[in-house]
Amino acid sequence: MIAELGQFALVLGLCLSVVQAGLSFAGAARRDPALAGAGQGAALGAFAAIAMAFAALIHAFVTSDFSVINVAANSHTEKPLLYKVAGAWGSHEGSILLWCFALTGYGVTVAVARGLPFRLKALTLAVQGVLGVLFVGYMVFASNPLLRLANPPVEGHSLNPLLQDPALAAHPPFLYAGYVGFSVVFSLALAALIEGRVDSAWARWVRPWTLAAWSLLTVGITLGAFWAYYELGWGGWWFWDPVENASLMPWLIGTALLHSAVVTEKRGALASWTAFLAICAFTLSMLGAFLVRSGVLTSVHSFAIDPKRGILLLAILGLAAGSGFGLFAWRAPRLRDVTVFAPISRESALVINNIVLAAVTTAVLAGTLWPLVLEAFGRQGGVGAPYFNLVVGPLMAVAFLVMPAGPLLAWKRADGPGVIQRLSFAAIAAAVTGLLVFAIATPRKALAAGEVAVGAWLIAGAIDEAIGRIRLFRAGRGEVLRRAFSLPRGAWGMTLAHMGLGVFLMGAAFETSWRVEAARVLTPGDGMQLGAYHLSLRNVVQVPGPNFDAERGYVRVTGSGRRVVCEGRPERRTYDTGGQTTSRVALCLKPLDDIYIVLGERRVAPGGGGSAWLIRAYWNPWVRLIFLGPLLMALGGALSLSDRRLRLAAGRSPARAPQLAAAE
Amino acid sequence: MRGRLAAAIGAALCLGAAADPADRLANPAREARARSIFRETRCLVCQGESIDDSDAPLAADLRKIVREQVAGGASDAQVRAFLVARYGEFVLLRPRLSLTNALLWGAPFVVFGIGAGVLVVRRRRQPPAPPLSAEEEARIAALGADGGV
Repeated sequence: MIAELGQFALVLGLCLSVVQAGLSFAGAARRDPALAGAGQGAALGAFAAIAMAFAALIHAFVTSDFSVINVAANSHTEKPLLYKVAGAWGSHEGSILLWCFALTGYGVTVAVARGLPFRLKALTLAVQGVLGVLFVGYMVFASNPLLRLANPPVEGHSLNPLLQDPALAAHPPFLYAGYVGFSVVFSLALAALIEGRVDSAWARWVRPWTLAAWSLLTVGITLGAFWAYYELGWGGWWFWDPVENASLMPWLIGTALLHSAVVTEKRGALASWTAFLAICAFTLSMLGAFLVRSGVLTSVHSFAIDPKRGILLLAILGLAAGSGFGLFAWRAPRLRDVTVFAPISRESALVINNIVLAAVTTAVLAGTLWPLVLEAFGRQGGVGAPYFNLVVGPLMAVAFLVMPAGPLLAWKRADGPGVIQRLSFAAIAAAVTGLLVFAIATPRKALAAGEVAVGAWLIAGAIDEAIGRIRLFRAGRGEVLRRAFSLPRGAWGMTLAHMGLGVFLMGAAFETSWRVEAARVLTPGDGMQLGAYHLSLRNVVQVPGPNFDAERGYVRVTGSGRRVVCEGRPERRTYDTGGQTTSRVALCLKPLDDIYIVLGERRVAPGGGGSAWLIRAYWNPWVRLIFLGPLLMALGGALSLSDRRLRLAAGRSPARAPQLAAAE
Repeated sequence: MRGRLAAAIGAALCLGAAADPADRLANPAREARARSIFRETRCLVCQGESIDDSDAPLAADLRKIVREQVAGGASDAQVRAFLVARYGEFVLLRPRLSLTNALLWGAPFVVFGIGAGVLVVRRRRQPPAPPLSAEEEARIAALGADGGV
């Protein structure tokens, strides 16, 4: 019964999305507040309906209602509650419902946003409504998550054991909230293009949704990387896998958009470029969803098994992106961009940021789609991690070099020598860090030491800029505190985000260059050396789990002087349904490093008699920074989002934009 | 998610892969060289994994071949040429710099070049900014003291 209610809610959501689009367009065209208001009401209703359907699906999963196809295929009575709930978005159909839930939810944030200019708001809601029609329609007609089975099975097929993990349960909601957050930015851009007004007031409205989407996407990607790190059992955290690339592309363009929107907001410049990026961000989000969900990249064959959905998703992508870019090509030439800035200015620094991010996104896009391009010409070929590392590294280096200078530079025309002087602190800090790492870390690696130095350069640069901002060491304590609390939170958010990137870089450089690996077949009582640590396998026991049986190893890690560092308990789990084996690694938590232990397969002990286990272990220095850095970045985004100026953004700057233009 | 999942299943089902002590070369320098080649060689039957990560039987065979070649004194380039001759270019995780791959390798740098070019050309076309009046200088000084973003 509840599943049927959910079905009804889905169709209701589709109808209300149609109403939302129609009434909002009519309201904008006739400048009729009543019609536009009804459009807003429809947006609220559409969200309520989709939320109801989502609740119905979660209910079906929690109660293990196997008469629903999706539940039978992805759940199991013995599964822990968290993974029953997470199973609701573990399948294709469920994840599309999650997508629509986020899409209509963001529609509500537009509907209730105060201060948005009347026509811009109505048109944005209208475009958002059209997106809702496309995706909810796709779900209702081609990917219904609440269909019933005629003959329900007694037990379900269960969710893939690898996905039964807290980080991965939370990964899709964050990722999708990030992806879909860009839909509002897309709608805002289309609305502004229809209106023919892309100015600094508009850019100010782009900012909060971009920040929200970007921060959530950052958290989502980090959760995914962390899951890969400890669930896959070999210590890698980024593989340049097409699925990862699919989430990285909107993130890169979102980052570019955040920066170009600042230029448009403060200086009225780059307006058409900002609109272009806004369209690109959601297009890449949709492309990501298409690539992942159609299975076209995993294998051309899996696409062919169910081509209907893939082609439908491709059609939606083509329709939405095509009309976006078409409108842009039609309207953008009319947007005048009259701004003057010197080569050494904040505008230039932000433009360099955008050029680099556009180039990197091109690399990721080219590398991800290359196998498809070759396939179209009947050739085979592939692109792996080495390509991405080689191309992305040097390009990003340009951006990293400029990054600490950006916030120090003045708008329009900056004092170059003065900024260089102010950066000397960061430069010295970076050089000292790099040299220290080069001297201390063994084996010596100049390139990696350089990468660590770049991380230090970003961190020191951000700290230096923050110190200058609050006049620490130069003004009295009262003045410093007043500045620290009264200066916009957006600036603090930027400091945090830039530092976060530096922290991430340091961790990535250290972990990839100085990780130590060891693997040996051990019988209980044996040990092996891992860098400066000694690992001994004490024993291995059988442990039952809720829906699996595990072999658990007890591994004692000792440091210098036989000091016990920790007791690792890696497990090798065999799941009851499907008999799939996964490994639960043991992480020895040190402040920044990990000792990463994996219990491998059982073997016959050398010399016959008794059992032995293959134990693999890694010492991953500074690996924690890899995940801490992005979290700092997301925190920076959230802090920036809480800025008072965003909440009170109402109609202050429209009057200012023409004045600025006139002054130039 | 499905792609990564497939890779994940591959990786999790077969722990050990290249690190298995039984297969290592005795000479540590050669073993390190073999490992670096592993990382750039595709496991042809896995999902975009290198033969360093994968424990599919084919990956094990490829590792054996590479180790034999390295032990026999072949250079990195010779080993790669051997692999390409046998399995095609698909086996390389790092595509070669060839005419076919020019677009792949070039596109990012072309985008970068176009961006930089536009920045320079726009700059050339801009009229020189008029000098500021004394009143404007005073206003800027007042604004600058505010220390805004």
